[in-house]
Amino acid sequence: MPQPIHRGWFSLAVAFAGGLVLLFVLGPLVGMFLATSPRQLLTTAGDAEVTASIWLTLWTSMGATLILAIVAVPFAYLLARRDFPLKWLVSGIIDIPVVIPHPAAGIALLGVLNRNTALGRLGEAMGLDFVGHPAGIMAAMAFVSLPYLINAARDGFAAVPQRLENAALTLGASPARVFLTISLPLARHAILSGLILMCARGLSEFGAVIIMAYHPMVTPVLIYDRFTSFGLSYAQAPTILFILVCLALLVVLRLLRGGQHAAR
Amino acid sequence: MLRVESLSLQLGEFRLRDITFNVDSGEYFVLLGASGAGKTAILELIAGLLKPNQGRVWLQDREITHEPIQSRRLGLVYQDHSLFPHLPVWKNIAYPLRCARFAGNLRQHSEQLASEIGAQHLLDRMPATLSLGESQRVALARALATRPDILLLDEPMASLDTQARAGIRSLLRRLHANGQTIIHVTHDYEEALALATRVAVLEDGAICQIGSVDEVFHHPQSRFVASFVGIRNFFHGQLTQTGESATFLTPEGLLIHLSTDCPTGVGCVVFESKDVTLSPAAPAGSARNVFKGRIIDVETVRLGVELTVDIGLPIHAALTRESVQRMQLAAGVHVFASFKSSAIRYIPE
Repeated sequence: MPQPIHRGWFSLAVAFAGGLVLLFVLGPLVGMFLATSPRQLLTTAGDAEVTASIWLTLWTSMGATLILAIVAVPFAYLLARRDFPLKWLVSGIIDIPVVIPHPAAGIALLGVLNRNTALGRLGEAMGLDFVGHPAGIMAAMAFVSLPYLINAARDGFAAVPQRLENAALTLGASPARVFLTISLPLARHAILSGLILMCARGLSEFGAVIIMAYHPMVTPVLIYDRFTSFGLSYAQAPTILFILVCLALLVVLRLLRGGQHAAR
Repeated sequence: MLRVESLSLQLGEFRLRDITFNVDSGEYFVLLGASGAGKTAILELIAGLLKPNQGRVWLQDREITHEPIQSRRLGLVYQDHSLFPHLPVWKNIAYPLRCARFAGNLRQHSEQLASEIGAQHLLDRMPATLSLGESQRVALARALATRPDILLLDEPMASLDTQARAGIRSLLRRLHANGQTIIHVTHDYEEALALATRVAVLEDGAICQIGSVDEVFHHPQSRFVASFVGIRNFFHGQLTQTGESATFLTPEGLLIHLSTDCPTGVGCVVFESKDVTLSPAAPAGSARNVFKGRIIDVETVRLGVELTVDIGLPIHAALTRESVQRMQLAAGVHVFASFKSSAIRYIPE
């Protein structure tokens, strides 16, 4: 049996540090729950503006994730499998949204998607208005959360043994078939993790979304709006409701992934 | 059937130089070489997974050097078997059929292929639950599903235990007997002895000898080949097992006593030159394999002297220089050659 490395006072100190971290995360959340009565929660759950905003947040983040996945997953495969000039630069570009402030991302997006730009006009002509519209919300969510999907999927593809892909090629499969029948199913856990991460990141996005679309309000914007208009206690109930919905969604998604994992 | 013409490949530090050979239809061709000699790379060049820097590959009078991998009619089985871990055995076997837009019932056809290879009981298992011998069988069934012109095998026995090895060996022999052309790379000369119709020896990225098993093993053309194929005393013949003892008879009429568990059948015996003792007079004692013969060749090698003695067929003995001088052994001298039954290994065919 392996012996634990840490003994005595050190392991106590480590456990204490861990307790502090947990308290730091859970304390504010628990405090907020305690400060909100069940009646307040029920009333908020019946508030059409709140429920509409939660639905909007859910479907825009899931929609943004799924739409972008169609191009991001093959791109991640390319990054994992092929060498090309300036690959290091491309990988760096993918990570930019993670490091820039999110309002800055929103400003940059608005700069290319507003109604005075060619892209904005093209979208408008196709009935796709970005500013103050769910399409704009999805663009903002996708912009800031895409790196999570691409990086997770790229690592997943890289972990698929190339020999299996080679074996499939020698068995008569075209490269596209190899991708669809071998690489994609074998990297599916990493891709699903990436999708969940991207979706979760989209749900919680505030800075970029508020610049692209104050209205219709996604829940983080609604919470901010209630807080600035009515004060802290009015913002707490929708916050709790949104946290519960997000947690429930993530649990369901994780279970779905776990279920597939067990079936493997 | 397959012609490989002056293939060269540079892969980092590793190089293959001027690889040229032909494999005829129905041949069992073994590429023998130490690990790192470039054996797998040659298979991958033939399969199209690697692109040569120079040279050409022809299959059935058609140049395939630049053909896409999936349109060459070759079945490659990797050393690690490379079964698709997310598909059950029967879907692994059906994979190439699906790629070839096979019209019949995939499940039925997979069953038939599996039964040809002795894997019919494994169809619904997942690859992770198979033993190495079982997964090797499945990999073979999968590679054979579309009836490839040539089966390419990368160290097919390397990871197997002795029992599974014997099973795969007899399976490969059966496939070959049914007309399947096979190219098999290995570092193990026993596999070459047991299976090959022709052998090429690879040293440091180049082929240093190519020929029939007898030519390469009995007449190694270089020191590398001699040391690599290791054993020069090997004889084909018939084993008779009585349970208490075993005897082996060569077509030349030489009768050799040995100890083995193998059943009566055909095969070959091998023993090392250093296990052969030479003496001017018949040795006293219980040695049962004693043969009178005449020295036909004496060759000084790095660690002593190699003598070839004609006892009806040539056998090789390795002695120290000192013993050779003491016994005044030279070409033409009559000697008794003896070797212990326990020094003899039998490889069934």
